Amino acid sequence: MDASLLVIIVVATALAFDFTNGFHDTANSMATSIATGALKPRTAVAFSAVLNLVGALLSVEVAKTISGGIVDDARITPAVVFGGLVGAIVWNLVTWYVGLPSSSSHALFGGLIGATWIASGADAVHFAKVVDKVVVPSIAAPLVAGIVALLATFLTYRLTRRTRESVSHKGFKAGQVASAALMSLAHGTNDAQKTMGIITLTLITAGMLQPGAAPPMWVVLSAAVAIALGTYLGGWRITHTLGKGLTTIEAPQGFAAQTSAATVIMASSHLGFALSTTHVASGGIMGSGLGRQRDGVRWGVAGRMALAWLLTLPAAGIVGALAGRVASTGTVGVVVVAAVAVAVSLGIWLLSRREPVRPEHVVDEIAAQAETHKVAV
Amino acid sequence: MKVDWAALGTVFGVSLTVVLGLVVLFSAGLRALSAREDARERGASVALPTTAATACLVACVTVVLFGIYLIVAR
Repeated sequence: MDASLLVIIVVATALAFDFTNGFHDTANSMATSIATGALKPRTAVAFSAVLNLVGALLSVEVAKTISGGIVDDARITPAVVFGGLVGAIVWNLVTWYVGLPSSSSHALFGGLIGATWIASGADAVHFAKVVDKVVVPSIAAPLVAGIVALLATFLTYRLTRRTRESVSHKGFKAGQVASAALMSLAHGTNDAQKTMGIITLTLITAGMLQPGAAPPMWVVLSAAVAIALGTYLGGWRITHTLGKGLTTIEAPQGFAAQTSAATVIMASSHLGFALSTTHVASGGIMGSGLGRQRDGVRWGVAGRMALAWLLTLPAAGIVGALAGRVASTGTVGVVVVAAVAVAVSLGIWLLSRREPVRPEHVVDEIAAQAETHKVAV
Repeated sequence: MKVDWAALGTVFGVSLTVVLGLVVLFSAGLRALSAREDARERGASVALPTTAATACLVACVTVVLFGIYLIVAR
């Protein structure tokens, strides 16, 4: 198959992945602001989309981690990257449909590593770099966010215990909006980067860029726009649930949890650590649950999340390995992989349309971690 | 297998300092606003609590903007 055609297919697929990422995740950060009536749904979603765009343009450290080092770019082809990407998308869609909390970021790494491993051998994967830049940060960051959020929540409740009801009500509404904005920004600095990294890696493997090159401007821009569009269009689903004035967290708690998560994500992005923004956000919410009351965490849910986390890398790796193997056999292979991917996506989309949107589809794993509160608007 | 513990430690240290700083400043700002309401009801001067509240909230915004500046400036 013509190399440039294949590159175009991979770029389009990567941007589609980016779009779904925005569609999936970003709604979470604005949920509380909408439920408390601090922002109108439409405004909140547009605001979040713009901030994602800005965040994606702020830093390219995470993109460089992906394009420059977790796999040996001299030994893989665009077809292998395509296989890895398909592995990630299929795993993502399946877990989304069955309601398993899983991270799109880890699915992406799993798919890429699996595809590279099978196509070019285990030594084409730089495991030391994977451990240093992906595995360790993805365990550490949610813990860090949790600890920070615990202390922050405790302090917030403690320090504002004696403030007037009217002042703290209004104040925390504003604080919520600010921290949600930070969260959207942070999401852009880490999640959009993953798509940029994948596209840059594809261009390097196709010989269109020098190894170690930073993402070109059009890659940065298109990834930023894709995630922002996904965010904007995904937003209608939250308004659906949040019209009822329900949220998963109290405003002061949300303020503390989101500020913590956003700070941890941005600090990590700056150092090129690729982590799951969802896991960090969940870590923040769990920590703030503990900070508010001692039994504020659902350990069962936490356990299930940890399990899904352990499963995602290898499972997406296997799908990615299969897809990468088939795709690297030539034109027919690529067409077959693409056809299977489209069929799976369509199938899941049709299945999901048979039932209405459920709250757990909307605020997924983060909602599972916190109890629901009725908000006084 | 080399793990960059120093960088991870930085993430932890920076996050903890920044977040706790922000939370304290923000809460202090709310308390000052609350004190302002109290002062107004008593008919006392609101100059001091107003200044304190403004200082705290401006400091909050400054911390956030400085953080973003650090990310962009690299």
